[in-house]
Amino acid sequence: MTLQKELDHSSTAKLSIHNVSKLFRSTRQTVSALEDINLHVEDGEFVCLLGASGCGKSTLLNLIAGLEKPTEGTMLTDGTPIDGPGRQRMVMFQEHALFPWLDVMENVLFGLNLKPGLTNDDRRELAMFYLKLVGLEKFVQSNIHELSGGMKQRVALARALAPNPQVLLMDEPFAALDAMTREQLYADLQNIQQKRRKTVIFVTHNVREAVCLGDRVILFTPRPGRIHSEYRVDLPRPRDINDEAVAQLARTITADLKKHTPSA
Amino acid sequence: MIRALCSLGFFAALILIWEAASRAGWWSPVLVPSPLAIGEYLIIAIKDGSLFSAGCVTMKRLMFGYLIGLSAGIPLGLLTARFRFASDTLGVLALGLQTLPSVCWVPLALLWFGQTEMAMLFIVTMGTLWAVLLATDHGIRQIPPIYRRAASTMGSSGLHLLWHVLLPASLPHLVSGMKQGWAFAWRSLMAAEIYVTVLTGFGLGHLLHYGRELQAMDQVAGIMLVILIVGFAADKLLFSPWETFLRRRWGLA
Ligand SMILES: Nc1ncnc2c1ncn2[C@@H]1O[C@H](COP(=O)(O)OP(=O)(O)OP(=O)(O)O)[C@@H](O)[C@H]1O
Ligand SMILES: [Mg+2]
Repeated sequence: MTLQKELDHSSTAKLSIHNVSKLFRSTRQTVSALEDINLHVEDGEFVCLLGASGCGKSTLLNLIAGLEKPTEGTMLTDGTPIDGPGRQRMVMFQEHALFPWLDVMENVLFGLNLKPGLTNDDRRELAMFYLKLVGLEKFVQSNIHELSGGMKQRVALARALAPNPQVLLMDEPFAALDAMTREQLYADLQNIQQKRRKTVIFVTHNVREAVCLGDRVILFTPRPGRIHSEYRVDLPRPRDINDEAVAQLARTITADLKKHTPSA
Repeated sequence: MIRALCSLGFFAALILIWEAASRAGWWSPVLVPSPLAIGEYLIIAIKDGSLFSAGCVTMKRLMFGYLIGLSAGIPLGLLTARFRFASDTLGVLALGLQTLPSVCWVPLALLWFGQTEMAMLFIVTMGTLWAVLLATDHGIRQIPPIYRRAASTMGSSGLHLLWHVLLPASLPHLVSGMKQGWAFAWRSLMAAEIYVTVLTGFGLGHLLHYGRELQAMDQVAGIMLVILIVGFAADKLLFSPWETFLRRRWGLA
């Protein structure tokens, strides 16, 4: 009964990153995007990476996704080295990256179709399950261009969750949305994280967003990108971005951030 | 519905005026045949089967040449998009040859293949191949890299990636390239048929040519009309479904 197993168990994994550096070499110059990154993420932990533009957040995400290779260092998920992209680590990109030649259902099915051990009926049922989870069951047949920005990101979330990855990598997924839509998505995302626990790495440069969503917030400094400090967020869930406690911690972090960022 | 009626009304009016002008003797029927005369010729040509058999011969050449052009052009375009070496060699060649109107191949084709079907096929293929190759190449290159990345995190690679991501992602360019290839093939075949007598088959272009030789302007105009209709129908049948799909699914205008 693999379908039932898929539905009942959300998989997670520990993530450990040791002494990772990344250089981008071109003929003109060499950019040190990341330097000596050490990071351990627990099973099912929600970690937010916070930092100014260009400090290597996306680069780190791409490394974890296996889309690029580190210049130095090792990266492990549950003790196995990361070697190229894989279904266990799904990415949600800043631009939704949905396929315009497929409809909503087919987009969610794309990853599922590549997952062995399921029948096509199972796959449809799973896709439906995740579309319901993100609240889009009425738009199964819609074309991508007919959806609003927020709906597109919901489809992208369903698509990323559908193959039941252990790690979910989110690169500023809500940056392009308006405040109202974003707040709704914060609530939904926390709700989904309750039901389908994943190890999540969430990149943002919105401090409040990071505090609202994360179990832990990691601060990056730019050029070369390094981990500067980290904050544990022990506030009760679900959190609202307008909660006073969230705002207060966000203020502390912002002050810290300003201190250590040379005037940009 | 209203738009269809509008078109219909326009053409009906055009034909009526034309017929009336012919009867009023504005021009000599030797130079401009009346619609009725053209209609009569077409009915005769349909009845004696000459139109149908010529149409078949032409369509067969077109279809085969076009299919060869497609089935070579798409893989070669993939190759030039993927490998720098192929792009620097074959890609440059394609760019050059694409600017050459494919009628220019007629003399060489005759020299190489004689007045045979091969010559016709060659000309049609040359018309299609380069346009399709370049469109495929361009289509693949303009795919946002994020699609490939997203697909690869979901476990797609190799042939799966090609079939389920790269080809559909370049569909808008592919369709317009295929359309352009079709237009080139159709024009060059007509030119070739008009100028070259092929002993193995009598196409629409030949009918047109002999109409001129015989001073039968009703035949010339009639065949022109048929050529126009075939071109129009092919466009509607072959490409409209794709374009409708692109409009509906992608939201492309
Ligand atoms: N493919 C690449 N080639 C060369 N340099 C790169 C490449 N990708 C990133 N960089 C450089 O690495 C640094 C970090 O880039 P990255 O995209 O990771 O930043 P980021 O923190 O995600 O910024 P943002 O918040 O604006 O998205 C930048 O200085 C950038 O110029
Ligand atoms: Mg980034």
